[in-house]
Amino acid sequence: MKTASTLCLALLIPCAAQGGDVQVAVAANFTAPMQQIAAEFAKDSGHQAILSFGATGKFYAQISNGAPFELFLAADDSTPARLEKDKQTVSGSRYTYAVGTLVLWSPHSDSIDQHGQVLNNASFKHLAIANPKTAPYGMAAIETLKKLALLDRLQPRFVQGENISQTLQFVSTGNAELGFVALSQVTKDGKLNSGSAWIVPGNLHEPIYQDVVILNKGKDNPAASALHAYLKSAKARAIIQSFGYALR
Amino acid sequence: MLTDNDLQAIGLTVRLAGLTTLILFLIGTPIAWWLARSRSAWKGAIGAIVALPLVLPPSVLGFYLLLAMGPQGPVGQFTQALGIGTLPFTFWGLVIASVFYSLPFMVQPLQGAFEAIGDRPLEVAATLRASPVDCFFSVVLPLAKPGFITAGILSFAHTVGEFGVVLMIGGNIPGLTRVASVQIYDHVEAMEYGDAHRLAAVMLVFSFLVLLALYTRRPATDQAI
Repeated sequence: MKTASTLCLALLIPCAAQGGDVQVAVAANFTAPMQQIAAEFAKDSGHQAILSFGATGKFYAQISNGAPFELFLAADDSTPARLEKDKQTVSGSRYTYAVGTLVLWSPHSDSIDQHGQVLNNASFKHLAIANPKTAPYGMAAIETLKKLALLDRLQPRFVQGENISQTLQFVSTGNAELGFVALSQVTKDGKLNSGSAWIVPGNLHEPIYQDVVILNKGKDNPAASALHAYLKSAKARAIIQSFGYALR
Repeated sequence: MLTDNDLQAIGLTVRLAGLTTLILFLIGTPIAWWLARSRSAWKGAIGAIVALPLVLPPSVLGFYLLLAMGPQGPVGQFTQALGIGTLPFTFWGLVIASVFYSLPFMVQPLQGAFEAIGDRPLEVAATLRASPVDCFFSVVLPLAKPGFITAGILSFAHTVGEFGVVLMIGGNIPGLTRVASVQIYDHVEAMEYGDAHRLAAVMLVFSFLVLLALYTRRPATDQAI
């Protein structure tokens, strides 16, 4: 009986934090650092960040159609710019919170050499990339292969993840031998979690600027502006860098 | 109106749904027959397993299939031993996934049709010395024909409407695993709303026509039985 009434109460009062809540849409590649930042943010400010992870293009569609997000951390700079043009954002709130690093990764420790020669040998059946039409990391992978003059040869071996998380999942389950993912997904504190990787040199693709904006729904929410500012704090920047992102 | 990629996706979807329905006729019929006639203690358990895809989120099915058919999974080990590699990201991988996914839509209407026939016609056929096989083809099949049509239409349509499982094990390869539902999702994500609208309209009209065929046919079949 007592458990039942506690459960009822828990359902009625979803969150008893003293600070405010902020609904955040987060690009999938930024999942791990954002969870850490949100935890620190809660400790330092008393505000709770409620995080949703997904593909940037999907968030654009949802936000344009009234999704309740207040802050948007995109995987690119063009989608936030487009939302700004659509008058969906608080003007002047857009800035680059991280610059992404592309990496070719395999769960096997001896699959990938220091220089990405494995792409030339082509001793694999499937190469996972994120959908280049929707995911900036997928686009960067295409640009890289184009620059290496390998695109035509390797295109038939592509398998596309819906977003960068699914791309990693294809590789980590072994269904694709290797794939282009975000460095943040496979490293922690500057060290590879497992497997082998080639960090793609920045000159092989356009830089992956990841921008954040405050959305109209978060205009009057102090928790939204607090988190927006917190992303620029030394603490947050240290976390962002520890996952292999550069800062602008 | 539709781009070449859209047409390719539609063609692939029709091919996938057609093959899946064909295979389901072959494996669904004996399962439905057994479920309709058996008094085994296992009947409840098998019926529940067949109905699972109705209740399970496609993400669960997709997740298990991805692991099972992957290089370390039991199915993956088996297919590799046969020398055909692994099944995710292949057309046949999608066919197998779709067979699981649409199984209840084949088995349940068939089971209903077989149960509606009852014992009597079979007993009569047996007294006339019809062999069980002969009895199945000349008594059961004609009587259960409306059930077969319903099961076929539902299985085909349900496979056309498949999305989550394909997304999880397909790898979105044009002409191989990028079916119409995934193509629409792609258009939406890429903010190509015009393309998304056109293909979505095709799917909407198709789905409506299928259901219209199913429901306008229904009264007539009731009379037939």
